[in-house]
Amino acid sequence: MSVSTEAEGTHRRLLPERAVPEDLDAHLGGLGPRPILESSAIIEALEQSGLRGRGGADFPTGVKWRAVVEHTRRGGEAVVVANAAECEPASFKDRFLIAHRPHLVLDGLEHAAEAVGARRAVIYTTRSHSDVEAALRVAIRERRRRSDTERFIDVQVGPNRYVAGEETALIARVSGHLAKPRVVPPRPFQRGVDQLPTLVQNVETLAHAALVARFGAAWFRSAGTQRSPGTALLTVSGAVRSPGVTEAACDTTIGAIVDRAGGVEAEPAAVLLGGYFGRWVAADRIWNKTIDADALRSVGASLGTGVLVIVNATTCGITETDRVLTFLATQTAGQCGPCHVGLPAIAETFHKVAVGRARPAALELLTRWSNDVRGRGACRHPDGAMLFLASAMEVFAADLRHHLKHGACRFSSQPPLLPVPATEAGWW
Amino acid sequence: MVVRVRLRVDPIKCKAHGMCGELFPERIRMDDWGYPIIDPRALSDDALEHARRAVAECPRSALRVDPIDDPGARARPDDPD
Repeated sequence: MSVSTEAEGTHRRLLPERAVPEDLDAHLGGLGPRPILESSAIIEALEQSGLRGRGGADFPTGVKWRAVVEHTRRGGEAVVVANAAECEPASFKDRFLIAHRPHLVLDGLEHAAEAVGARRAVIYTTRSHSDVEAALRVAIRERRRRSDTERFIDVQVGPNRYVAGEETALIARVSGHLAKPRVVPPRPFQRGVDQLPTLVQNVETLAHAALVARFGAAWFRSAGTQRSPGTALLTVSGAVRSPGVTEAACDTTIGAIVDRAGGVEAEPAAVLLGGYFGRWVAADRIWNKTIDADALRSVGASLGTGVLVIVNATTCGITETDRVLTFLATQTAGQCGPCHVGLPAIAETFHKVAVGRARPAALELLTRWSNDVRGRGACRHPDGAMLFLASAMEVFAADLRHHLKHGACRFSSQPPLLPVPATEAGWW
Repeated sequence: MVVRVRLRVDPIKCKAHGMCGELFPERIRMDDWGYPIIDPRALSDDALEHARRAVAECPRSALRVDPIDDPGARARPDDPD
């Protein structure tokens, strides 16, 4: 999609100037060499910048790096992992970033490795993103040819399962086990890859960190808000004219972001924000909200992985939710009872409601079950799936009653809007 | 300082044997599929005795008594505790 740098609120920090992969010469030509900073200096800069994780958790980046440093002093060694798994089906921003600006991401990874004193730096992606893996290998070769002081960066490829990009699942896979989540604590910064203190950071976050290292905290804060400084990469899809990846300062409204994606053809009804662990919000409640974390929280939402899906009144929110919920139920790692027994039961009951084969008590049952499974998995898979479901039941409440009584509505047979990938067989 | 403790279940180890719910129904109820839902509140000295019995009887060793103020358990801002 085209992005005008003149548009209000547009900040181009991570988006490429041109739609081709940026090689090392172009990268260094644009930004100059990567500065070598003391660990304390870059961590302080990150803390002052207010940068937060862009993999969905919105956790302060500087705090995360410092926690690894503090745990490393005792043991000696640490590991850093760049998370490029991007298992969120409606998200493309991490792949887009790596395809166009691999060296900015790798700069961030090297800063992280230096800051926490890691000898081992890994970048983790999934088998279905073979283009990402190829782009990374080319970029790493380029860097190795240029200098013999760069540390060895290892590319690891895991399965494309929804929970395989979760921090502890990723750590298990990089440590040589199946990519399934584990019980915390211990947290990754306490014991991660091969039992060593580990920093896991989303690739967009690392790219922002590389820019903070070059230009400083004040520069970073020159865009966005006090609570959510800087810019964010977003994947905008659904009922917009030009779906794609865009970048916006965190004081940009949802409406302005949609305008930049070509605008809508029909009156928007609802927005799915944050991906399949995110929430549905009625369009009129969120249209004038900015993507600042506090503004979004005021309507019960969060930016999550930066996914925005716009639906208009001719899309059936119940049918879409049914498909995604069924997908999420298949994505359980099969470890925790409330998830691998509960989610399929919930998805099946919701499906019966969607097709008009449920008893009226089904809605109460769904509410009780979804409250019951929350917070009871080793990871947050059941919590995320239930947030998504609860928001659908709220935003599409009238449609839900219609489906319960009459089954599929006249929009149920529309082509699917939300992507649901085929499930990989294994966990390796 | 008194260390406040609570019950925790390891959801990966738990295989819904149901012993804990029978031994300590005041703090452990079962969901519709037989998996325990643990009351997260701190345990009094009296309750601790019952809790320890439930911990000892779990056939999967999935139940334990944990200090509430484990810093590692609160490292994420979205943690319910």
